[in-house]
Amino acid sequence: MTDLAPISPFDASPSAVARIARRAPVDWTGIAFLTGLAVVILLPLVVTAVWAFAEVWRFPAIVPQRMGLGYWQETLSRHDVWQALWLSLSITTTVTVISAAICFPAAYAFARLDFPGRNMLFLAFLSVQAFPKFGLIIATATIFLTLHLIGTFWGVVLIQLVGTLLYMIWIPVSAFQGVDRRLEEAARDVGASPMRVFWSITLPQALPTLFAAILITFVNTFYETDAAWLIGLPNVRTMPMVMISFINNALEVQYGAVLFVFLWVPSFLLMLAARRVMGADAFAKGFGG
Amino acid sequence: MAQVRLTGIAKAFGKVTALDAMDLVIDDGELVCLLGPSGSGKSTLLRVIGGFETPSEGTIAIDGVDVTHLPPERRPTAMVFQSHALWSHMTVHGNIAFGLKLRRLPRTEIRERVEKVLDLVGLAGYGARLPSQLSGGQQQRVALARSLVIEPKILLLDEPFASLDQHLRERLRDEVRDIQQRLGITAVFVTHGQDEALAISDRIVVLADGRMQQVGRPGEIYAEPKTAFVAGFIGAMNMLDGTLAEGEVVAGGLRLAAEGAGPARLAIRPEDIALTEPEDGRTVTVRRMIDFGSHVVIDSALADGTHLRIQTDKTIRVEAGERVGIHVEQWTVFRDGEAPSRYRSDTVRPFREVRRYA
Ligand SMILES: Nc1ncnc2c1ncn2[C@@H]1O[C@H](COP(=O)(O)OP(=O)(O)OP(=O)(O)O)[C@@H](O)[C@H]1O
Ligand SMILES: [Mg+2]
Repeated sequence: MTDLAPISPFDASPSAVARIARRAPVDWTGIAFLTGLAVVILLPLVVTAVWAFAEVWRFPAIVPQRMGLGYWQETLSRHDVWQALWLSLSITTTVTVISAAICFPAAYAFARLDFPGRNMLFLAFLSVQAFPKFGLIIATATIFLTLHLIGTFWGVVLIQLVGTLLYMIWIPVSAFQGVDRRLEEAARDVGASPMRVFWSITLPQALPTLFAAILITFVNTFYETDAAWLIGLPNVRTMPMVMISFINNALEVQYGAVLFVFLWVPSFLLMLAARRVMGADAFAKGFGG
Repeated sequence: MAQVRLTGIAKAFGKVTALDAMDLVIDDGELVCLLGPSGSGKSTLLRVIGGFETPSEGTIAIDGVDVTHLPPERRPTAMVFQSHALWSHMTVHGNIAFGLKLRRLPRTEIRERVEKVLDLVGLAGYGARLPSQLSGGQQQRVALARSLVIEPKILLLDEPFASLDQHLRERLRDEVRDIQQRLGITAVFVTHGQDEALAISDRIVVLADGRMQQVGRPGEIYAEPKTAFVAGFIGAMNMLDGTLAEGEVVAGGLRLAAEGAGPARLAIRPEDIALTEPEDGRTVTVRRMIDFGSHVVIDSALADGTHLRIQTDKTIRVEAGERVGIHVEQWTVFRDGEAPSRYRSDTVRPFREVRRYA
């Protein structure tokens, strides 16, 4: 921005002029990349969104022949949709809260304390993610069968909890590691106890990145299907499962599209809000950036 | 009254000995600079005093009370960190008030004290800003205010202004000196800038390799360095390797009177060398003349090529390649394991009609 400020006569040295001239050329590579990304990411989104409002849309037409809210009425008036949405929200919230309660203190310990076996334990936590996921779920399912957890709310919560460990440990570890030790020392110095330092300095400093971890976990858990399917059915039907059965039963794109827009809009708004609150670098920091 | 007494302090990090055999008393109201090269243990010593490191050996007493095992929050010390270490999620006011809130002071008093200390560091009216909205110099002032507001008995500063430009650094260190004098608190200031140390301290502690080399007033350390290390570290100095024999020290073709025998190091300050007309055995070849305006520095070579730095009057002009005579007015000879011996020659010789001592 300083480059755009008026240049005083003393400042208008040849080098300053050259600096402005060098900025002028259009960045074609950047534009090409952006266009490519837009086509790949946005086009499917836009097409799906249009489908949600299309009542008739046959092949050669570029825009739908008839638009309307018919499919919306039909979908949103169904009892099982709302039930699944409510169930999904409660499972996801439960998983996220429990995961945070287990993982955040563990992450703090990994980041700050030096105890024997620290690296081994950390690896063990992360290695859960290295197993072929489906195999792990099957194995868990057989154990759950004997524990009568199949088809129960808590069964689904437990299996999904395992899936959240990676992000809920990894991101918070770097969040806590990213808090400068001298900030904590400065607080000790003016009289704060170690506990007080944690609540007043370390936690607030790490909070934006912890939020990012929570958000990622919430969204990932909400849309998780494999584990929810195997452990949850037949009694526990989460939102994505209802979506899938819609698409399987009625070969009409609109049902899926309506649910897609219905679910995508809130999570997108959530992301936007989170970005505004935390700033983009919270996500970057979480991945050690 | 705030006196710090260090007795036999040592600190080891694994195999690295960061501090060794430190005995030091810092008096009430004194500003002591810890000066030394990188890795000499300055920060470690400061952190030991502040309670951030526990010494491996020895004790620390503040006002006669043993604080060796007290955590930082229970010591009457306050530290200003090099990287300011301000809490970015709090405003300037929040940063400064934090320590006061912990002391459960009434709100109105907190506000008054924060405003007073902001005034003291020249930042009145900045309370509502976030640290990120301040310049580097202002951030350091806030850090200073945050330490001062809790009225510590001892202020610890670890290269607080190292990241600032020279002008700002000079201004801030003078302000720190001024504030320290006004409040009458004891201060320990870590720096590796010798100008800084010479300019503001009551006493200087020179450290090297975790050991105290010398403790003394600035002028004393400059004029009477106790070891070759201190001589070379403080101020500009020509350090020449030489040999003592028959009442003379010979180094790089230069001969000066000195007692003793064996290898020795000859130390001569550039300003202790005067120019004379060329004379046998005391001639150097000018390599370069640097005009600083207030004085002139001549980089010259002795007979065997050893560099010799000469500082002389601003009116003197010499050419590269020119041969000039020198007259050494003061020199010091260091020998391993012995106290240094200092010599001076009192004759003043004219050089091209310009007399150094007019
Ligand atoms: N936490 C630590 N762990 C291991 N070694 C350390 C630690 N802190 C300091 N040291 C070592 O102790 C020695 C003294 O370090 P210190 O930081 O006190 O030096 P310093 O004089 O402050 O240097 P600088 O001017 O670079 O800040 C160094 O050799 C350093 O490597
Ligand atoms: Mg240091």
